[in-house]
Amino acid sequence: MQMKTYAKTLAVALSLAVVAGCSSSGGTQEGDMNGTSGGTSGQGMTSGQGTSGSQMGANEQRPSVDTIYFAFDSEEIRPEFESVLRGHAQYLMANPNTNVTLQGYADERGTREYNLGLGERRAQAVEQYLTVQGVSPSQIQIVSYGEERPAVQGHTEEAYAKNRRVVFSY
Amino acid sequence: MKRWMSQGWKTLAAGWLVSLWCLAATAQAQNLTIEITRGSDQATPIAIVPFEFSGQGGLPQDVAQIVSDDLEHSGQFSPLSRSSLVSLPSSSEDVFYDDWKRVDARYLVVGKIEPQGDQYRIQYELMDVLGGKRMLGETLTSSSGDLRASAHYISDQIFEAITGIRGAFSTRIAYVSASGTGDNARYALYVADADGHNGQQVLSSDDPILSPAWSPDGQKIAYVSFESGNSAIYVQNASTGERVRLTSFRGINGAPAWSPDGRKLAMSLSKDGQPEIYVMNLATRQLTRLTTNPAIETEPDWSPDGQSLIFTSDRSGAPQLYRMSATGGQAERVTFTGNYNSDGRFAPDGKSLFMVTRDDSGYHVAKQDLDTGRVTVLTDSRWDESPSVAPNGTMVIFATQQGAQGVLGAVSSDGRASFRLPSAQGDVREPAWSPFLN
Repeated sequence: MQMKTYAKTLAVALSLAVVAGCSSSGGTQEGDMNGTSGGTSGQGMTSGQGTSGSQMGANEQRPSVDTIYFAFDSEEIRPEFESVLRGHAQYLMANPNTNVTLQGYADERGTREYNLGLGERRAQAVEQYLTVQGVSPSQIQIVSYGEERPAVQGHTEEAYAKNRRVVFSY
Repeated sequence: MKRWMSQGWKTLAAGWLVSLWCLAATAQAQNLTIEITRGSDQATPIAIVPFEFSGQGGLPQDVAQIVSDDLEHSGQFSPLSRSSLVSLPSSSEDVFYDDWKRVDARYLVVGKIEPQGDQYRIQYELMDVLGGKRMLGETLTSSSGDLRASAHYISDQIFEAITGIRGAFSTRIAYVSASGTGDNARYALYVADADGHNGQQVLSSDDPILSPAWSPDGQKIAYVSFESGNSAIYVQNASTGERVRLTSFRGINGAPAWSPDGRKLAMSLSKDGQPEIYVMNLATRQLTRLTTNPAIETEPDWSPDGQSLIFTSDRSGAPQLYRMSATGGQAERVTFTGNYNSDGRFAPDGKSLFMVTRDDSGYHVAKQDLDTGRVTVLTDSRWDESPSVAPNGTMVIFATQQGAQGVLGAVSSDGRASFRLPSAQGDVREPAWSPFLN
């Protein structure tokens, strides 16, 4: 609980710093307006691009990896994906007006409705990780597709491994 | 009951966003063709003589062949091949029972069809060969477009006269088709005759559709669609296409199941954190939460008497079936064989359950006797799911895989006979067998 409050404070501080960073690095009238009027992800990044504000700019970068994978019948975050999640957490905290939809998926084994539940559990595990990092729950939405919309077709272990996933959709 | 339903429907429709879907504008036809995969060794031999046609030219449908196919697909009959028919009588007066005894036909069906204006007059008779007597005879009129339906009606009468069980050949199935991948994925909900013919598209979408469920009066279909960006439960009139969105809570809106009186819909909603079983009163739209457990609780199904529900829960660590009162309270675990049992469906007599069970060889359709707990695995394919029981309890339709393609399969409730209904293109899945419609 205390951790959460601290994290929230940190998030607010960071986001303020980013807004400030935007306006100072961009320096134009337009940049200022963008910064104060909400600073959605696209605007922040454009105004900050290619200037000296690179340190703050790092927090604004949306991680290029938008999908993490899970073991069979598990919603546990695998250690190799923690850096991806931290990257998204930082991005979301730096852009408090940006929302993300976490799409939860399962492989095709088992019944479709039960797999909706498994996909949701995975997305919730990611949501919890993000909120512990300090992301506001109001920035996160969850949609479970279960085994619908597989990333890879087929009945192989390789296909299953690619389908048990959570996708960050901005 | 019908009158109440119509009232309830109006109330429901008035309160919610109603969207009209035009059948004519997007109607697409699809035929699934039955391929028999396993015949029963205990099927009763029956001779079905081609019906004599006294009109000009030919008939658009071979009525006797449709009757023969229906009876064969039930797994309870093995029709004699046409080449082994000893004679071609068209009326019981022309039948010599000894001829049919010699070819081991237990029963015999004969008939004739004659034009009557722009209609057809169909006369058929059923005979008990061993008893040497006529069991059934009837005359009906049919339009050209209704010849298949008339054939299914005749199959129903013959099936019931011999087995004592009401025939389900005039019922329908709903199913979901899926084609394409990624951004090109297309989904559609179809309604077809029970033998896969006359499939009509009743909904199409870029987003997944699942879990169709017929209302007990056969008028409406509830289903889950992702068209709004999340799962939501819709109820659609099967013939007019008129529909309402019933639930669109945050989280999962899934697994709709009609109560036997058609007044309530059980469902799984995760709006409070994880999937729980709820029951919605369709007239008032009041929701009652029945389960409170941090596990996944989904796939509810009503007992035929409406007094209890079974559902899937993984509260034990893996999915198993549980039974509880339809008003809530303690749930009792029902399945103990194996570590994966889900999507339970009551047999119409309430004495057994059909479900998906997992063993070393994959996911199969199984039947569990509720008194003895005895489990019989009915299918031997690897990827079987979504069982739906015929209203007379004799067959179960399910989704399975044939090569890389999703197809529908059906198995007799004793497991002795099975057939498949592959689609000419794309995957088909999520079958739902309608109630009796006549």
